[in-house]
Amino acid sequence: MGVWLPIAEIAQKVQAGELKAADLVERSLKIIEEKADFQAIIATTKERARERAQLIDDMVAKGQYVGRLAGVPFIAKDNFLVFGAETTAASNILKGFEASYQATAIERLEAEGAICVAKANLDAFAHGSSTENSDFMTTKNPHDPTRVPGGSSGGSAAAVVLEMAPFALGTDTGGSIRLPASFTGSVGYKPTYGLVSRSGVVAMASSLDVIGPMTLTVEDAAVVLDVMAGRDELDSTTIDREKTYTDLTIDVSGKKVGVIKEYMGDGLDPGVRQQIEGAIEKLRTAGAEITEVSLPSLPLALAVYYIICPAEVSSNLSRYDGQRYGYSYREAKDLEESFSKTRSIGFGKEAKRRIMLGTYVLSSGYYDAYYKRAQTVRTKLIQEFAAAFESVDFLLGPTAPTTAFKIGENASDPLKMYLTDIMTVAANLAGVPAISIPAGMSDNLPVGLQLFAAQRCDRSLLSFAKFTEGVIHER
Amino acid sequence: MTKLTRDDVLKLAKLARIDLSEEEITEFQGEFNEILQYVEQLQSVDISGLEPTSQVTGLTNVMREDVEKDYGYTPADLLKQVPEVQDDQIKVKRMIG
Repeated sequence: MGVWLPIAEIAQKVQAGELKAADLVERSLKIIEEKADFQAIIATTKERARERAQLIDDMVAKGQYVGRLAGVPFIAKDNFLVFGAETTAASNILKGFEASYQATAIERLEAEGAICVAKANLDAFAHGSSTENSDFMTTKNPHDPTRVPGGSSGGSAAAVVLEMAPFALGTDTGGSIRLPASFTGSVGYKPTYGLVSRSGVVAMASSLDVIGPMTLTVEDAAVVLDVMAGRDELDSTTIDREKTYTDLTIDVSGKKVGVIKEYMGDGLDPGVRQQIEGAIEKLRTAGAEITEVSLPSLPLALAVYYIICPAEVSSNLSRYDGQRYGYSYREAKDLEESFSKTRSIGFGKEAKRRIMLGTYVLSSGYYDAYYKRAQTVRTKLIQEFAAAFESVDFLLGPTAPTTAFKIGENASDPLKMYLTDIMTVAANLAGVPAISIPAGMSDNLPVGLQLFAAQRCDRSLLSFAKFTEGVIHER
Repeated sequence: MTKLTRDDVLKLAKLARIDLSEEEITEFQGEFNEILQYVEQLQSVDISGLEPTSQVTGLTNVMREDVEKDYGYTPADLLKQVPEVQDDQIKVKRMIG
């Protein structure tokens, strides 16, 4: 029995007056303090959280309806604009930045009574797969503190597994929700591109960025998604939502599940393979029709990603120039020097690396060979996903080729670090929803199972994920 | 594919408005060449007849009414984060030497 009840139950009990929002916030803050050694949290929003809890308890006392997340504490990755603490994106260049408005996702959660209690660590600007690129600190994996929690939403994943709150928010540009979920044994949901508004979230690569919930169960992820999903005029890439994401009934018999051939090849760690194959067998026994599916362009996805992502990063990060907010070098003799000194001092190494690579692939003379070609190979990949979903309902594979690696193990080799994302980037390139759920352990470290569905089939994917979660954990 | 030289790295740094240390120049030059070598595999892919992707869910123009709206923050709220403000305007260093 964990610290927290299912999210929907917590909210019901707060609404019924059986639980106090104030007590839930204190419980959350206490665990955050007790488990500070894992370095999952950059800052708490203590004061504001306590005020909001009081407000919610007062509403309940007056018999008013609070909402579907009444009194439920949560933790936001520190690239969400949130009141009550700085928003830094774990970067020195945003240190001291206080949001003048909140992210739409945060506003929607608050409107249903949820309470943000803290901001979680990440790789600075979400650039990384381990949180080691945070300008402040490295988060430790709750299962083994000598290992990384994955990234970039590593602080959020660790916080959920350490039970600091019933849920956390992450962002996923190339796997940043799913990889840490896999490495920490939690659930990480990457919605269809555009399903959740990104207004008020620090942009990384805008054609790939999505935000999503990180939880211990699929059901909790669905409850949180249900509150956040849908169009927002402040993010014109948002799409229409399905009616509900919380009705997770599904009849799996006869459902076709395609095991992705390219993800089950030689590079897969034997311990990971064993758990994934175990999960596949259990699904087969439960009545799912398992087939093998090939998406021949998948091995190209990472190369496509490492052109498109830096290109968009270089564009999005050009706004950090020290003139309007964030760190600013004040001793410059002219504007040019002010720009370059601010950026040289304020950005960490990985941000500089991606900005410069992006500048290169977009520069005149190289644009066609790199950026345009990458966007065209992306089309090929999208077509292969579409073709696959003509013949199967879901795709399946591991979330990562290995379990969590040691802190420092990949830090000196950027390309090796990038390869960590080899099984996650394709979903972002194709805009399809994907989820990582715990599949078991290998040498005492969690293994993540990744499931995919076609664009806009989020409810169906969550239903199948919940079913799969059930058969994996049946004894 | 051409290899990035030290001068190429310096030019990129200038375009991106980032000053690099000697150490960073050497390090980035090596790393960029390694990454560019990795993405080289895309050059041999057959992309004939395919268009580049620009929007992954198929949205085209998304229109809204051009009307003023209150989002709950004021110009003063936004100016609070600015390093130097004069007469409600953002003050920057001189642009012409």
